[in-house]
Amino acid sequence: MFDALILMLDSTVRLSTPLLLTALAGLYAERSGVLDIGLEGKLLASAFAAAAMAAVSGSAWLGLAAGMGVSLLLALLHGAACITYRGNQIVSGVAINFLAAGLTALLGQAWFRQGGRTPTLPREARFGALELPLAETLAGVPVIGTVYSELLSGHSLPVYAAFLAAPASWYVLYRMRFGLRLRAVGENPAAVDTAGISVTLMRYKAMAVCGLICGVGGAYLAIAQSAGFVKDMSAGKGFIALAALIFSKWRPLHVMGACLLFGFLDAAAIRLQGKGLPLIGEVPVQLIQAAPYVLTVVLLAGFIGRATPPKAGGTPYVKER
Amino acid sequence: MNAPLPRWVDLGLIPMLNLLAAFLVAGLVVLLVGESPVEAVRVILYGALGFGEGIGFTLFYATNFIFTGLAVAVAFHAKLFNIGGEGQAYVGGLGVALVCLGLDHAMPWWVIAPLAAAGGAAFGAGWAFLPAYLQATRGSHIVITTIMFNFLAASLMVYLLVNVLKVPGAMAPESRTFEEAGRLPKIGWFVALFGEDIGGAPANLSFFLALGACVAVWLLIWRTRLGYEIRTFGANPTAAVYAGISPVRITVTTMLISGGLAGLMALNPVMGEQHRLFLDVAGGAGFVGIAVALMGRAHPLGVALSALLFGVLYQGGAELAFEMPAITRDMVVVIQGLVVLFAGAMEYMFRPWVARAFAALPGRGEAA
Repeated sequence: MFDALILMLDSTVRLSTPLLLTALAGLYAERSGVLDIGLEGKLLASAFAAAAMAAVSGSAWLGLAAGMGVSLLLALLHGAACITYRGNQIVSGVAINFLAAGLTALLGQAWFRQGGRTPTLPREARFGALELPLAETLAGVPVIGTVYSELLSGHSLPVYAAFLAAPASWYVLYRMRFGLRLRAVGENPAAVDTAGISVTLMRYKAMAVCGLICGVGGAYLAIAQSAGFVKDMSAGKGFIALAALIFSKWRPLHVMGACLLFGFLDAAAIRLQGKGLPLIGEVPVQLIQAAPYVLTVVLLAGFIGRATPPKAGGTPYVKER
Repeated sequence: MNAPLPRWVDLGLIPMLNLLAAFLVAGLVVLLVGESPVEAVRVILYGALGFGEGIGFTLFYATNFIFTGLAVAVAFHAKLFNIGGEGQAYVGGLGVALVCLGLDHAMPWWVIAPLAAAGGAAFGAGWAFLPAYLQATRGSHIVITTIMFNFLAASLMVYLLVNVLKVPGAMAPESRTFEEAGRLPKIGWFVALFGEDIGGAPANLSFFLALGACVAVWLLIWRTRLGYEIRTFGANPTAAVYAGISPVRITVTTMLISGGLAGLMALNPVMGEQHRLFLDVAGGAGFVGIAVALMGRAHPLGVALSALLFGVLYQGGAELAFEMPAITRDMVVVIQGLVVLFAGAMEYMFRPWVARAFAALPGRGEAA
């Protein structure tokens, strides 16, 4: 029973990592007042870029760089459309999702001719499991040892990066001048402008951070969790991350909690497939898979607290003339 | 930025420039994968319009896109972004299928068809109700809730198809195939008017229903009191309230109409093509509707024309994948993305330039 629980929590950590990175990316964008429906597209595109680069170069690090680079480009494209040209942020996000879905499949087929897949990556071209110090030695210790060696140790680098990024984002957003300004452009851009800070530049910076973090998430999907890219790999994770972001009411540490919850539901859905639970009987997998969306809708409806988005979200800033 | 320009520039020239930019970039993508864009256009046009079966498929796809495009367009007039057409069409498929499954032994097709259409519209509208109601009364962002409802629709339909509607003993998660009475007649005669044979293409009567829906939406938006209220609410919600228009009523009604139109779409694949309920009924058409509505500027005529263009792209794109090994059907999704980007998100990109060009025209200097 205990071992089963550890196994399940272990896969929870793995499954929530891409959600966490994507949701944190969205946090920066949305906190600066730019809604980002295009997280899904960025996640997919960076997964493809990372896998393609890792396959060609044989280096996981170059793959990661490519993933982050492509995601950054898409984030800046979103920025250009919504910040500079004052276009509709939702429409721009939709466009990015289409572009990513189409281009990854198209280029994947054109470059690798494997039905939209990238070649399977060898071990060196991926981020492998990291053993934390003393994991081996402590494995024998009951409970704590198992938790340490099975649950905490043995994940790949992006997993640790993701779970460090959450508290780091809290620090950046709530303890640094950059974060204060970023939150301020998301709430009251006119005030920030009056203080002599460029709203445009602030929002571009936020989008850049968003792109870079999201790129790590995509790279994790393709070159750490799996050994290559498959068509439509992100499979709605960008939207679940968006849901997690709303569910956590745009707060970094709560984002981590929400992503762990949604990751746990995912792990449970996989584990419970075709099996019954005591007392309840068999739970349809689809019901568990739908849970994150149901929870988010219920939250948005204001039945469990109220999710108030950043005030200036969705509106382009027009300087007074 | 906001200099007044002649109407034909705002409604004709600038959208054309946007579209041109989208297709130019699409051409660059084709070059990037090492094929000739000119040749690609030729293959697409021939594949979509060059022979009877191609035309039949083009009309079939266009039918889907007219419905989903109208769905998005109607919501646009109330400044609501219904991104949930995909889910509404999927659930609409359930409505269509239930009517067909229940009645195909008992009645002829011309009795079943209107009932199935009503079923599809009702289920689609029903799926749009909750997001609309929550937006209107609890202020939850309709874009987010409709996205969530797309995923919920997928989960629900997979569950129903696998556990409830599947034929016992069969592997595929599909309902049973409808009897003859549960199938819409094909419109071979219509394609024959152009002197072509429709072959195996699934274009069916719902194409004319889609055209009828265009007229109905035009009447609704510009010739009825409700349409006036919808447009007023879209233009200025505060003024609308001041004029005695209830935001809750308009939001919910508009979304019900929008969802109903999306639900009607399911008639085409379910009763017109496959003659059964199957996984992923909408097949992405709900999202294409966004591109179609943006390109058609939320006007039914524009929607019909851009739906036809996307029909051409979908059918031609399939042919393209046969002809050019480096290109897959995903090229269409890329074009879709570019259209949404240039005609939607960056629609103002060329405007300052055009305005400047107009200001520089002799005799127009002071006008602009």
